[in-house]
Amino acid sequence: MIVTRIRSAFLAGVRGLALMLMAVTASVVLFTFTVVSLALIPVGIGLFATPAVLTLLRSYAGRRRLLAAEWSDVPVPSPYRPMPADLRGGFVGQVERCALMLKDPATGRDLLWLLVDMTAGCVSALLPAALFLYPVESLVLAAGLWRLFTEGGAYWYGPVAVHSQGTALLAVVFGLAVFAGSLRFNPALLRAHFALSRSLLGPTREMTLARRVDRLTETRHDAVDASAAELRRIERDLHDGAQARLVAMGMNLGTIEALVEKDPAQAKKLLAMARASSAEALTELRDLVRGIHPPVLAERGLGDAVRALALRLPVETEVTVNLAGRAGAPVESAAYFAVGEVLTNAVKHSGADRIHADVQHTDGMLRISVTDNGQGGAAFAAGSGLSGIERRLGTFDGVLAVSSPAGGPTTVTMEIPCALS
Amino acid sequence: MRVVLAEDLFLLRDGLVRMLEAFGFEILAAVETGPQLSRALAELEPDVAVVDVRLPPSHTDEGLQCALKARRARPGLPVLVLSQHVEQLYARELLADGNGGIGYLLKDRVFDAEQFVDAVRRVAAGGTAMDPQVISQLLSRRAQDEPMGGLTPREREVMELVAQGRSNAAIASRLVVTERAVAKHTSNIFAKLGLPVSDDDNRRVLAVLAYLDRGQTIRRPSSHLRP
Repeated sequence: MIVTRIRSAFLAGVRGLALMLMAVTASVVLFTFTVVSLALIPVGIGLFATPAVLTLLRSYAGRRRLLAAEWSDVPVPSPYRPMPADLRGGFVGQVERCALMLKDPATGRDLLWLLVDMTAGCVSALLPAALFLYPVESLVLAAGLWRLFTEGGAYWYGPVAVHSQGTALLAVVFGLAVFAGSLRFNPALLRAHFALSRSLLGPTREMTLARRVDRLTETRHDAVDASAAELRRIERDLHDGAQARLVAMGMNLGTIEALVEKDPAQAKKLLAMARASSAEALTELRDLVRGIHPPVLAERGLGDAVRALALRLPVETEVTVNLAGRAGAPVESAAYFAVGEVLTNAVKHSGADRIHADVQHTDGMLRISVTDNGQGGAAFAAGSGLSGIERRLGTFDGVLAVSSPAGGPTTVTMEIPCALS
Repeated sequence: MRVVLAEDLFLLRDGLVRMLEAFGFEILAAVETGPQLSRALAELEPDVAVVDVRLPPSHTDEGLQCALKARRARPGLPVLVLSQHVEQLYARELLADGNGGIGYLLKDRVFDAEQFVDAVRRVAAGGTAMDPQVISQLLSRRAQDEPMGGLTPREREVMELVAQGRSNAAIASRLVVTERAVAKHTSNIFAKLGLPVSDDDNRRVLAVLAYLDRGQTIRRPSSHLRP
């Protein structure tokens, strides 16, 4: 217990020291660079230097965001606006990039953060280190070195005036009190330093909302496009499939009516044909329904629908389900088709001989992972099946992550926030 | 033969009643909801129940659940389940108790009245009637795994019909061969697949179905796949 206390206090001290060193070196240098290159924009040099310097600044700030999460569990989301994918190259692109970066309010906040980091940030980072190391001095004094320090009169150690062995021991008492304080407060002090950084490195409420609006606009477009495409597909399938067959059947029946007295043998043949085409129409409708909303999903929910899907796959697939209830129909359906697509991908491209699908619902998140023991290297390029799945999940604020090292195994994880009923 | 029928769509219910009555069945009750079905099965003790999977009020797999529950109360109660779609998952649940007297067919099979009525009779007699679609799904899965124990194409054909639950006589007339030829085929099949030979028709069907399903049900632990 006490050992872990001491270790975490020591760690906080060392980390604080490292942060302080960064603040007085890297932060100062970066700030200077940025200001100089901004000043040189009118001359033109700045146009080229600025994006590079700002990119450097962003990666430096990003590193600090990571440290905040790693060292003190202070999550700092990245506030930058996404760069458009179709930036031109060459001089024009450079100017555009420069303008975009400068327009981003996060850039100004980054600069402001550098200033704060080299002042208040530096001091707050040094505190845990100081608290941890300061008591060492009292031990040094008590060990007899107070004689060296007190030649020009009393030596002040904190509130204690040291001028004899007795007072030096008193200093140790104070030093121990400080040490106890550092054990108690060091991690919190480091957290406070990161909290200060977060106030400038994290997005403002406004930025968060702006980004949310962008995301909603994008996913709404995707959703509308997807459902329009879906409706077109259904319309076409019905028109060319079941509808056409029923028309043919009606014609057949008309012919049969005419033939039934004249040529019963022929009429019988046509009847058999009519029955066959009604069976075919049904098969087509069944496949269409499966594509719109699989019956098992309607009857049993996501878990059993994935199980039934797995039974149809040519690769041995194990399904584990842990759901306490049913998600809303739209979420279920999106999740089902996403899983279906991922499973189909795995069967087609991975060369796996075994797949494991896991469906869970924990802390308000529907989590589905599909793992196969295939050769890995699944591509996540734009226009690939995976990005289509991601778009489909995006409507529900869902995300998709792929881990597919060459040589496998491949794991595709999907998360959709939703409640179960 | 006394039948309880559960189907929520009036047109289909009416059609089934007419057809079964035309073939000499006695319809004890034709109901349209799950609770009504449960009551009818408990009170009327039919020789066979013909049940639609999806029934009101929940419009989920209520019919299937009611049938399974009734079979737990009265093991071996013959049930023929009808659905717009067939799923191995449901087939497996129906066959799980191993008591026989189970049918699972697509609704379209009603088009062929003779065949359908034959399936109802087979189920009522404690046999099995599995939809060809279920069997072909099982077969296509197995085909990926291993050559079906080196069966000849003809033997495969016979095995499919056995898995559907047809008797040797029915298979013989379907393939236009003698019943003795079929018996020879089946004993070959059972020898090649290493299945226990049994005189009981239904045991035979369940053995073949279990064999086809084995790729799914028997699992080696796959710890390296756990995410």
